Amino acid sequence: MKELVIISGKGGTGKTSLMASFAFLAEGKVLCDADVDAADLHLITSPRVIEHHEFESGHKAVINSEKCTECGLCRELCRWNAISEEFRVDPIECEGCGVCYYFCPAEAIDFPLNNSGEWFISETRFGPMVHARLHIAEENSGKLVTLVRQEAKRLAEKENLDLILTDGPPGVGCPVIASMGGANAVVIVSEPTVSGIHDMERVVELASFFKVPAMVCVNKFDLNLDSSREIEKFAKDKGLDFLGNIPFDNAFTEAMVQGKTIFEYDGRSEVGEAVRQVWKNVIDRI
Amino acid sequence: MIISIASGKGGTGKTTVATNLALSLGEGVQLLDCDVEEPNAGLFVQPAFEKTETITTPVPEVDEKKCTLCGKCGEICQFKAIVVIGKTVLTFHELCHSCGGCMAVCPEGAISEKGRELGIIEVGHRNGLEFVHGKLRVGEAMSPPLIKKVRSFTDPRKLTIIDAPPGTSCPVIEAMKGADFVLLVTEPTPFGLHDLKLAAGALEILEIPHGLVINKSDLGDEKVKDYARAEGLPILMEIPFDRRIAEAYSRGESIVEVMPEWKGRFVKLYESIKDIVG
Repeated sequence: MKELVIISGKGGTGKTSLMASFAFLAEGKVLCDADVDAADLHLITSPRVIEHHEFESGHKAVINSEKCTECGLCRELCRWNAISEEFRVDPIECEGCGVCYYFCPAEAIDFPLNNSGEWFISETRFGPMVHARLHIAEENSGKLVTLVRQEAKRLAEKENLDLILTDGPPGVGCPVIASMGGANAVVIVSEPTVSGIHDMERVVELASFFKVPAMVCVNKFDLNLDSSREIEKFAKDKGLDFLGNIPFDNAFTEAMVQGKTIFEYDGRSEVGEAVRQVWKNVIDRI
Repeated sequence: MIISIASGKGGTGKTTVATNLALSLGEGVQLLDCDVEEPNAGLFVQPAFEKTETITTPVPEVDEKKCTLCGKCGEICQFKAIVVIGKTVLTFHELCHSCGGCMAVCPEGAISEKGRELGIIEVGHRNGLEFVHGKLRVGEAMSPPLIKKVRSFTDPRKLTIIDAPPGTSCPVIEAMKGADFVLLVTEPTPFGLHDLKLAAGALEILEIPHGLVINKSDLGDEKVKDYARAEGLPILMEIPFDRRIAEAYSRGESIVEVMPEWKGRFVKLYESIKDIVG
């Protein structure tokens, strides 16, 4: 079984649109949306939820005002300034370290498990899909990413499917690290802009740090041909597989508005051909 | 005043709005790029950097001569960053959240703290505009403490403009909380709308007034505007899709450099935020 993770560094380069196109082209796969704090893939795949699970992770401190003697030790120990002068815990500031709970001499602090999201197993017209929703302003997105990837793997084994296609989050921090560890390869969707190149270089470095093979393609390549050539050269110099160029086409947006992949929107477009070629190159390499 | 520029969805034009707003106002303004995972504002502002600082977070170091292997440190740690196994105590610095619990609980005083590098902060200027950004070390998972550090450069005498990261989880909250106003940059597409609703939901929790900039406003559909109307969210600026803007952006040029007529519009955007904040 192989897992491919689609990432980009910079947001808005077309990761999810491309992921949906790959979902249309690939055979025998599980889809996995690991961009859990702003998940969008479901807007194209229209999943029918079969299983719904709560995601409980980490704890948050709660002060019981009846037992609290206002000694102030918790405020002294808390490094997040999460406890107010009135001895109330701000759940957004609380890191869930439990230091106040452990040391409170009056045992006035509870430390309940925190419900921080939910995750789903669904059916889509492209096959089964595992996806999630982190509640707003919650932490532990890395753990939820790890969980959906594990569930996708379990599902692929159960259904005897050979491929997992994972939509990754933007950036290079905790959720991205969680989305790529142990994957067979990452597909980096870049764009020919100064920020696209800057962010692509950082995410290439991250993949190499975690020893995950990286492949690169350029979306909207015709916006700046010099920069597109620069990306291709960068990829080749680094010994990465270069997958090809995809032109800027408003059809991606129009397809998204209709909740369709580019192929369902227009089966014979130029941009569709470019995406097919990129996918063919991915398949040849894995 | 602190104005934070956020979006939910990535790539909607946060950095474009933050940098053009900052460059249009110039004097007496500071721009803090808090998207420390992928800091891009500096590519457009091109400040002259004067200062670089390495930022660390405290992680435990155990003096094995003093340690009695009692295991209390592993008991208190919620993040599996320190554990006693057999006759050794192991630390996993990359998992440590720097709460100091292990050090506080150790009865032998065997634990002290040293720094784990989070990344760097660079400070610079372009004319009257002060510029600060953080760059997360590649391989480092935790961005919020670095974002906090960038925000510590906030100068209350100045107008502070913050370029926030995408999403709605902890790093974004760190870049929005305490702001007087949050400008949400969105695009009129289903992805843009979906993530806008999440970001607006976070701002309801944080109780921060917010308004919209709709980028590529002539593409997509009308649903973002319908949503704004229904929720009473002010639309403070619309930027139509213009290949000239996209191409200038690709080269690292600002809208106000390529099309100076936009400068007045960004000044007006600031005026309308000032009116709302009061």
